[in-house]
Amino acid sequence: MGVTQILFWFLSVMAVFSALMVITSKNPVYSVLWLIATFFAISGHYILFNAQFLAIVNIIVYAGAIMVLFLFVIMLMNLNRETEPQKNRWLKMAGAAAGGCLLLVLVAALKDTDMKQQQALINKGNIGLIKILGKELFTTYVVPFEISSVLFLSAMIGAVVIGKKE
Amino acid sequence: MYFLSIDWWLILEKALLIFGIVGLSFFIAMYTTYAERKVAAWLQDRRGPNRAGPFGIFQPLADGGKLFFKEEIIPLASNKALFILGPALAMITALLTSTVIPWAAPFHTKSGGVIPMQVADVDMGILLVFGIVSVGVYGIMIGGWASNNKFSLMAAIRGASQMVSYELPMGLALIAVLFMTGSLKMSVIVQHQIEHGWNIMYQLLGFIIFFVCALAECNRTPFDLPEAENELNFGYHQEYSSMKLGFYLFAEYINMFISSAVMATVYFGGYDIPFVNEASWGLSSFWMTFISFSVLMAKTCFFLFVFLWIRWTIPRFRYDQLMNLGWKKLIPLALLNMIITAAVMLWLKK
Repeated sequence: MGVTQILFWFLSVMAVFSALMVITSKNPVYSVLWLIATFFAISGHYILFNAQFLAIVNIIVYAGAIMVLFLFVIMLMNLNRETEPQKNRWLKMAGAAAGGCLLLVLVAALKDTDMKQQQALINKGNIGLIKILGKELFTTYVVPFEISSVLFLSAMIGAVVIGKKE
Repeated sequence: MYFLSIDWWLILEKALLIFGIVGLSFFIAMYTTYAERKVAAWLQDRRGPNRAGPFGIFQPLADGGKLFFKEEIIPLASNKALFILGPALAMITALLTSTVIPWAAPFHTKSGGVIPMQVADVDMGILLVFGIVSVGVYGIMIGGWASNNKFSLMAAIRGASQMVSYELPMGLALIAVLFMTGSLKMSVIVQHQIEHGWNIMYQLLGFIIFFVCALAECNRTPFDLPEAENELNFGYHQEYSSMKLGFYLFAEYINMFISSAVMATVYFGGYDIPFVNEASWGLSSFWMTFISFSVLMAKTCFFLFVFLWIRWTIPRFRYDQLMNLGWKKLIPLALLNMIITAAVMLWLKK
């Protein structure tokens, strides 16, 4: 077992365990913190593929910005066990069924993919390095890239408009 | 020495380097607390600490000893696990940022090997610093919330929103530098400056923005609102005592040290000696490494002094002024700087 494999298993176990802790923790602040741990584990996986840019951006954007906002909201609402609304049992079952359906769809979609042919390059792929990734983004994928930036801009403007007091 | 297909000599080399850098960070942080008081005393025409040892030079040791032996209080109403996690995270993130800084010119061994004086010269370089800084918010937020004290929570939220806000202009100011160097790697940024002159000559506005943001990121005056005593008692570490408080205070000084080193590296040529071509001196590699390290330290210490100088000169901003400055002044300025740099570069290349 090489070091890459050891790291892979370590990161996988960490990712799955902390993802489970996100949904089983009673305290929402713990959930957010476990979610951050999950992001770190996933970033570790990106680094194993040498997708360094993706790994860092995942940490900066998700762990460093979005989760901070989550934490803000949760801390300010001061949620705890007493204030948590008692959910209907039927609601829980419906949720489980809906989640199960999503899982089924995902598994079905992945079942037919040709895994053996498309093994990721471990340690030597360099598409994740910033120079190559940037060239690819601004030549081959420039239209979707620009369109998604317009999407972000519209989301930002929308947030400002909603947040503005009349 | 290969085991599990890892070069263990490399691990050993890096481990030594990491111990060295962590030790250095602690040492500098310790003596910045001393320098802070001495500089304050100097600026206010006082004597400052002068009892422990000659010129009070053992004052930081006395302070550290005192913090270690103080009673450890964990408030009953606090969230115990997170209360302990908070200062630990603050310290870890403060120490992690030093990984990508090239501390000295690479050391050439007699057998022809090259030992870079840098823990990791990753492709992401400066972006890694940003990643760690952006995670640094959690130390403050978790500590403030876990204390279960409304002043701590308010201070933590202030601190976090301040840090998130000032990361943006900081990143934008840096993009202009990256236009010029064409790489995020710290070693390339330094090398580019050695060949083409320091970035400060081309990026004065960018540097000023970066410096202001660094002050805000380290929670230093005039942006020390998370610790505004007159509004929030003591800030996010109000409930902390003993070495947990020490960790928070220390992490702040380590952050100052690292951000000074980053500024010296990105804008002031890193370990480059100004005005001379040191390669022509014909010194041995050991001395070159040593001298270049001293030069970087001198630049870093100068920035540390400026940090202290500003603290004892400029009064604190109001919170709305802070947000106005960040979002309405620094971000447009940084964008302008970015566009001008890009235009000039395009024009020069034509």
